[in-house]
Amino acid sequence: MKKSKQFWPFILLAVLVYVVIQVLISTEMMNQFYSNTLILIAINIILAVSLHLVIGITGQFSIGHAGFLAVGAYVSAIITMKLQLPFAVAIIVGGVVAALAGLIVGIPSLRLKGDYLAIATLGFAEIIRIVFLNIDAVGGAAGMQVSHLTTWTYAFVCLVITLVVIVNFTNSRHGLAAISVRENEIASDAMGINTTYYKVIAFAIGSFFAGVAGALFSHNFYIIQPSQFGFLKSFDILIFVVLGGLGSLSGAVLSAILLTIVSTYLQGYPETRMIIYSLVLIIVMLYRPKGLMGTMEITDYFKLWRTPKGGGQHEK
Amino acid sequence: MKNKPLLEVKNTGIQFGGLKAVQNLNMVLNQGELVGLIGPNGAGKTTSFNLLTGVYVPTEGDILFNGERINGLPPFKVTRKGVSRTFQNIRLFNELSVLDNVKVAYHSIAKHSIISSILRLPSHFSGEKEMEEKSIEFLKIFSLDKYKDELAKNLPYGQQRRLEIARALAANPKLLLLDEPAAGMNPQETKDLMDLIAFIRNKFDLTILLIEHDMNLVMGVCERIYVLDHGQLLAEGSPEVIRNHPKVIEAYLGEEVHDVNA
Repeated sequence: MKKSKQFWPFILLAVLVYVVIQVLISTEMMNQFYSNTLILIAINIILAVSLHLVIGITGQFSIGHAGFLAVGAYVSAIITMKLQLPFAVAIIVGGVVAALAGLIVGIPSLRLKGDYLAIATLGFAEIIRIVFLNIDAVGGAAGMQVSHLTTWTYAFVCLVITLVVIVNFTNSRHGLAAISVRENEIASDAMGINTTYYKVIAFAIGSFFAGVAGALFSHNFYIIQPSQFGFLKSFDILIFVVLGGLGSLSGAVLSAILLTIVSTYLQGYPETRMIIYSLVLIIVMLYRPKGLMGTMEITDYFKLWRTPKGGGQHEK
Repeated sequence: MKNKPLLEVKNTGIQFGGLKAVQNLNMVLNQGELVGLIGPNGAGKTTSFNLLTGVYVPTEGDILFNGERINGLPPFKVTRKGVSRTFQNIRLFNELSVLDNVKVAYHSIAKHSIISSILRLPSHFSGEKEMEEKSIEFLKIFSLDKYKDELAKNLPYGQQRRLEIARALAANPKLLLLDEPAAGMNPQETKDLMDLIAFIRNKFDLTILLIEHDMNLVMGVCERIYVLDHGQLLAEGSPEVIRNHPKVIEAYLGEEVHDVNA
């Protein structure tokens, strides 16, 4: 019940943000560079939030997210370029196929824990990449040409749907079950929670949205190549989640925005780009070892502001 | 006397490689009994619990609960059949509130699906509300409701034990397995625990199996005691019988001991 109070203000805010930016774009007060950065931010937020569901909520340390991004990217590209179907269909099918890939990868590998799971998911992501590398129909290493179809509207609608689905999942008995798996899998099992089921479901939902992000991604860059989906891409997504604070959705969103802006800005300085980017990461981790937001959400801060000083129950 | 047995363990055992951790375990628990399981360190007590709750699959024998075979079922299914447990080392969901800890145990009473939660259908709200209300009601029984928004890890030790027992009971078990509930407690906390065990037994119509090293507690509350040593059942009987059982004394204190006033 409480959550529905937050829901409508959120939708209102989302519509407002959308309208303002859409007006700016259509009146050409905002140039191509900025609107492209905004689309990139939206894609990165979708990626960050979908991995947050797997790592932050369910506690399964998966570092192969770029694999599902690749599945979404290639499948959607095939649908628009080879089958000439509309982009909206491509987004949905890209997500569904990525979710299926998530199921196939997740069912065997989610029996593993911690480091072993990380290695297994990393391996699966590389397998997916190499499969695309060796399929000539999608261009192999040279890549595949994709027409530019991603607009601010598509990106933003997908972003809002992603956020709503993941927030609603988290704030339900299912989300609580997933969190209990993160907190203590043995106890969760002993409380009657089907832990395997929730791990696989979270993984599949995460993969679905990674696939959606992949569809937006491939139709934003004119060309996709397997080298764009290597393990470095997986680590980029992982960094969003860790830097934002494990278990904090708003943290993942914030750090995705922050890091996208930093890395876009640094493109003007290619020699020092990675050095400065790494320094930003080190500085944040030194001063905020639990990530930007820790385990807090933005809404928690609102609650703290409302309670009189020293009277809040969460004061620690 | 009580009627048909709730739990029957028949010649059950488990072997890890060459090591027979538990063998030929035979136990019968009747409805409403409070039974103790004792034995020296490494005797196989916790292993037996893990066999009963499905964490381990027995390599021999059968476990019948309510006349139904439960060996081979995964732990969450065993819990749903009505066997709930606590752990030797407290295993709470530390970063969750006290209320949410109990809510997890109510997971399977609500039936709303993932889709209905994502779309926020009416069944989501009614299901979540039911879980919330039942959990708060339940915390009141254990007078833990004043801590409901506190994180579980911030509770004092004794209260954490209490919460763990409350959480196990929220899963609505017929059989409750307590693994060293008094470990690390001071005498006052142990006394409170004994009161709590007596209280829950009356309140919830429970059968309890208890592992414990604190002999005051075991002898004080248990009606019957099983003694394990080296993975085998050594003795069985009332506290009086066990106290004077020569083999038990031998296992605990060594041979050739006379005049033991336990």
